[in-house]
Amino acid sequence: MSVPTLFGLCAAALVGLGLYGVLTNPQPLRKLLAFNVIGNGVFLLFGAIARRGAAAGFAGDPVPHGLLITGIVVAFSATALAVALLLRLFQATGTVTLTDDAPTKAEADDRGV
Amino acid sequence: MTVASALALVLALLLVSIAAWTVVTRRTFAAVEGFVAYGLLLSIAWVALNAIDVALTEAAIGAGLTGVLLIGAAARLRTTEAALSAERPGAPLRGLAAAASAAVAGAIAIGVLSLPDPAPTLAPAVAEHLPSIGLGNAVTAVLLAYRGIDTLLESIVVVFALIGVWSLAPDHLWGGYPGPRQYADPNGILAYLARLLPPIGIIVGLYIFWVGADLPGGKFQGATILAAMWLLAVMAGLADAPPISRTWLRILLVAGPLLFIAIGFAGALTAGAVLAYPDGYAKLMIKVIEAALVPTLTLTLALLVAGAPERTAPR
Repeated sequence: MSVPTLFGLCAAALVGLGLYGVLTNPQPLRKLLAFNVIGNGVFLLFGAIARRGAAAGFAGDPVPHGLLITGIVVAFSATALAVALLLRLFQATGTVTLTDDAPTKAEADDRGV
Repeated sequence: MTVASALALVLALLLVSIAAWTVVTRRTFAAVEGFVAYGLLLSIAWVALNAIDVALTEAAIGAGLTGVLLIGAAARLRTTEAALSAERPGAPLRGLAAAASAAVAGAIAIGVLSLPDPAPTLAPAVAEHLPSIGLGNAVTAVLLAYRGIDTLLESIVVVFALIGVWSLAPDHLWGGYPGPRQYADPNGILAYLARLLPPIGIIVGLYIFWVGADLPGGKFQGATILAAMWLLAVMAGLADAPPISRTWLRILLVAGPLLFIAIGFAGALTAGAVLAYPDGYAKLMIKVIEAALVPTLTLTLALLVAGAPERTAPR
């Protein structure tokens, strides 16, 4: 099996594992981590496709490489924004649960949180 | 099987195992630590795929900055962990989720195995136009010339993300210092490293930015290393992030994208298209844009990790 195919299959496994984590883990921070694993899988698949596109003296297609760098930086910014939202939710309510019966700010104040 | 493909197989198995562990382990802090190790292995996978520029970005941003961000969040949210694990879905639901995830992974795997041969590629088009740009690094040429619009929008997106993070501040803290004040033992290993590493790291960061024109590297990777050096000094308590109301800070945050937009639109007059460069000046223009983006990106990336304002602004 060629190296790009191997990492392409690895990418498919990463997307599957990340999806399972997003669906089943109740902690928002863990969902975020799992979502990053899905993102890595998508990037790695794109990287494997770029490697297959090696031509004209390049060891890989440079266009996907450029887009991948952009993607990694944007994924980081989105993660940072999500972490900031989580920490703010924690400050406001004392918990980060995503269930419907989560306490509101007023209820949290009543409990002295 | 050659040595290279045997190593790639080991690497792929390690990646999948560590990813599985970060997803299923009960302790969030351990999961995040696993994620950092996984990020570093992933950057080796990028080397195996001959994507050195992506490997540098993955190691610096994917493993490094994301790791610092998640470790900080895991430490602060530790008290919520026990109550939340009670909300874990039951075995039937988890089984259903596993089946759905396996189906998605299987569909992608079928796609991977039936990719067209010969593979479509834009490499010859890049090779044809590369001499007119005057850069040795094709990835930098893609980022700043052929796909300049992506990079322009991206440099704006990171600033927007930072505005989003800042806007989460409660009203009375608006304009204040980001994150909690960090303290560390002034004689400890962290303070020692925070004194020892920045002079080396700053030179490495500037070098990686500068060689990006011709060799693997560039503004994103260089700016991340510079941001990491700053964060190291902040975490060791030797420095503090500036209050977000500082005028110089806000000017630097928008200077890079604004100059990029200005040069981009000047291209409409001098080269006949927005984001085109006049003949013979492409490399100069690209280096000017990259140099202007380095302070913007360094500050933005570091402040994204530092978080929303949590301490009042100075009077």
